Amino acid sequence: MSGPSTYEPKYAAAKWMDKRLPIIRMGADFMTFPSPRNLNYWYTFGGILALCLVVQILSGVILAMHYVADVDKAFASVQRIRRDVPFGWLLQSMHAVGASMFFLAVYMHMFRGLYYGSYKAPREVIWILGCAIYLVMMATAFLGYTLPWGQMSFWGATVITGFFGAVPVVGESLQEWLLGGYSVDNATLNRFFALHYLLPFVLAGLVGLHVWALHHVGQNNPIGISEKTKEDTLAFHPFYTVKDAFAIAAFLVIFAIFLFYLPDALGHADNYIEADPLKTPAHIVPEWYFLPFYAILRAVPDKLAGILLMLGAIIVLFILPWLDTHKVRSMRFRPIARWFFIFFIFFCFVLGWCGAGTPDDIAVPFGKNSGITFYRVSQIATVYYFAYFLVILPVLGLIEKPLKRPDSITKAVLGDGKHGETLAPAE
Amino acid sequence: MSDSSTTHATTEPEDGSKRDFIFLATGATAAAGAAAIGWPLVAQMGKAADTLAAGSIEIDLSKIAVGQQLKMLWRGKPVFVRHRTKAEIETAENTDISDCPDPETDNERLVPDNNGNLRPEFLVMVGVCTHFGCVPVGEAGEFDGWYCPCHGSHYDTSGRIRKGPAPKNMEIPPYVFVNENVIKVG
Repeated sequence: MSGPSTYEPKYAAAKWMDKRLPIIRMGADFMTFPSPRNLNYWYTFGGILALCLVVQILSGVILAMHYVADVDKAFASVQRIRRDVPFGWLLQSMHAVGASMFFLAVYMHMFRGLYYGSYKAPREVIWILGCAIYLVMMATAFLGYTLPWGQMSFWGATVITGFFGAVPVVGESLQEWLLGGYSVDNATLNRFFALHYLLPFVLAGLVGLHVWALHHVGQNNPIGISEKTKEDTLAFHPFYTVKDAFAIAAFLVIFAIFLFYLPDALGHADNYIEADPLKTPAHIVPEWYFLPFYAILRAVPDKLAGILLMLGAIIVLFILPWLDTHKVRSMRFRPIARWFFIFFIFFCFVLGWCGAGTPDDIAVPFGKNSGITFYRVSQIATVYYFAYFLVILPVLGLIEKPLKRPDSITKAVLGDGKHGETLAPAE
Repeated sequence: MSDSSTTHATTEPEDGSKRDFIFLATGATAAAGAAAIGWPLVAQMGKAADTLAAGSIEIDLSKIAVGQQLKMLWRGKPVFVRHRTKAEIETAENTDISDCPDPETDNERLVPDNNGNLRPEFLVMVGVCTHFGCVPVGEAGEFDGWYCPCHGSHYDTSGRIRKGPAPKNMEIPPYVFVNENVIKVG
């Protein structure tokens, strides 16, 4: 937790600055921030995500210097970046692959928070800010995907902006107002570009609040027990700067594999065809990171209900701190909730799988031409997704008996205190 | 109140009405100012004058053979003009519309020409699926009309929604017959 500052300015210039704007103190306090001594590698995704945001903003600002937001030139300008601009191929791929990596890291970060109960008191505001960050990320990714003006860009934009058309009474006017015309066209492309440039800075601001709130209440940890003594903590630097740096290096290896060997593996071939408002691709699917929500959208036969369910799937995350009422944070000590959580992860993957499929196709075959369709499977998975938050967690909060927990973080790490005897690892 | 309050002058006037009036007047002016600035910020997002102006196209029907479909871009969306076969017209007319999600007879989906006659051989509609705006594929689907590949909506030979998630029939754009063979859409 943030205690009194221990920073002592050493040099005259530092003293002078400290009296006027204590910015060096802020940095120093950040580096000495007392963190729980048992954080595992799941806790490195915050740092990884900060790096992802920096990579996206840097590569994005550079791409914007070469990109032309005009329906007749946008597609060609992206091809020009990839072929003619020096190192344009690298920067464009870095930005496109970087978006996927950003979502990969954010999902790990969110699953970690769900498992260790990081959304519970006193961290509700950190969690809600995180949900807001995720929401803005989704908007930014969608807007950015429109810019290359390929077939998937165009039709993705048409389908997503069509959601607004489903609003009763004012839907059509609202949709045309957002598009700036009767359909996705030049006005739409230009405003999407402007907003795509703006939102990352909104993200940066939200991340600042997220970290501020985190430093105000202190980090959660894998056993979910609050820090009680100084013994329970370690300074952020060098203990966790090193751990974060190692995780970042491992993450960058995965990033590099995609960037250099599989730059198009996570995209769609259709997006290399220029947008054509007269022809819809045979199979419209969003990028992989939106597939679970796409499956929820299609799990009901009604347009408005589908949209509301999809929105609900995100809104439910915001109110999670008040749905899970169990007093124990970490699922390590919740033997029942733990299994439901594992099923939850499983069904998130099932939803992603359904989102990639065609609703009427057979997902689970029985015999030759029969079986369960993707449509039915997505319905089952959607029910579980909502049940997990709205039924399972609230009920378990009332009935689940937790396992015995260690007395403190230090005891969990070092055993019962007789030195050299039981040095149990943190994991 | 004791007489020790000599640190600052009493700022409240004896009768508060003058100050209330100033508060209200200031508030009202600020609200009007905010609205005057806010509205242009909202309205600029709407359709620009050139977008509104590029609103109509003419289509020559005589060039479309029986069983052929013409696709034209109108307001950024495709317009389908299908020269329907006899069989297609018959199926469209003889459908029991009571079980359609958006009941409309085939005749209600046509516009009379200058002599007041319907021309059922030409079906003119906006070729956009009413679900999320994809372009349906012709002569496909369970009703041999149109099929939307995005989320599996089936339309019949009159462009009516019959099965799938789309809520409405494909839209009939506003159009008039300029002469026997030419229509003006928009």
